[in-house]
Amino acid sequence: MSLEYVLTVVGMGVVTYIPRWLPLFFLSRRRLPQWLVEWLDFIPVSILSALVLPGLVTTGEPRHMVLFQPELIVAVPTLLFAWKSRSLAGTVLCGMGLYWLVGKVL
Amino acid sequence: MLQSPASPYSSVKGILKDSIAGGWPICLGYFPIGIAFGVIAQKAGFTPWEIAFMSVVVFAGSAQFIGVSMLAGGAGLLPVVMTTFMVNLRHVLMSSSLSLHLGDMPRGWLSLFAYGVTDESFALNSALFRGASWDWRHALVLNHTANAAWIAATVAGGFCGGFIPAGAFGIDYALTAMFLCLIIFQVRGGLYVVIVVVAGGMAVVLSLMMPGNAPVIIAAMIAATVGVIIKRMCSSGEGDAAP
Repeated sequence: MSLEYVLTVVGMGVVTYIPRWLPLFFLSRRRLPQWLVEWLDFIPVSILSALVLPGLVTTGEPRHMVLFQPELIVAVPTLLFAWKSRSLAGTVLCGMGLYWLVGKVL
Repeated sequence: MLQSPASPYSSVKGILKDSIAGGWPICLGYFPIGIAFGVIAQKAGFTPWEIAFMSVVVFAGSAQFIGVSMLAGGAGLLPVVMTTFMVNLRHVLMSSSLSLHLGDMPRGWLSLFAYGVTDESFALNSALFRGASWDWRHALVLNHTANAAWIAATVAGGFCGGFIPAGAFGIDYALTAMFLCLIIFQVRGGLYVVIVVVAGGMAVVLSLMMPGNAPVIIAAMIAATVGVIIKRMCSSGEGDAAP
């Protein structure tokens, strides 16, 4: 392992750690205004949706729209399964199984 | 906190068991991605030791992929570090949101917890914190269980990834299915459906226009703001109706 590699990776580690650490360290002991608490409370569902939806309906680099790709076709029954079963483990296995099946058929 | 143990150390075994059991979807999902990363890094000329070093120090999926491809292309320290910073800036939002649940976590443990904040551990912990028995100890163990799985998978990929067939058993879909399920768990009324549609729709439109992680950050911030505005408008309307 060269010194430059070690320094680069340590640099990557530092700039990755600081955004993770700073808000936890400074916000967790503070009484936040009510609007900020509400806003932060909406962040999980917002980020999850923003993370997952582009992967379902777009593809490639640069991205372009593709409807009816396996990712989206499998998402519909997976969402229904999650809604009915309320089971994370079951949903993960259901999604994997369906994705595998769709891959075999298409 | 009805089911919290009487003392922090009274049921270490129970906490370990619950957290590792809670974290298995992440471990399952990290496996193919970690292997893929290990294979790509190994093909780019990195040794398993160098791969392990990066997975331990950085622990960030997409940034590691980008970092390895930049380094293999001959990029220097500064561009790689700057790009990593941009790619991982989204964790500011996640850590801010998680801080709502971690008011009673000692600062030392908090700093160790911060190291393990990823898209996946954030999503799972946010959902599990809704339950009464999930506290910072569980969250800490979950983060580091996921981290161990990531390190193991990336190193395994560096050694022997070429032998594992791509796309086996639909395992590539594990994290997507986990995210979809966690969205369903988070939806607690019509307002949340609006937020899902705004965040997802904005992210799709923006991701067609710009590369990288900026669409996720922008879309999430706008959707959460829309959520607060609608909530405030509705509650002020009720206030007028019943003075």
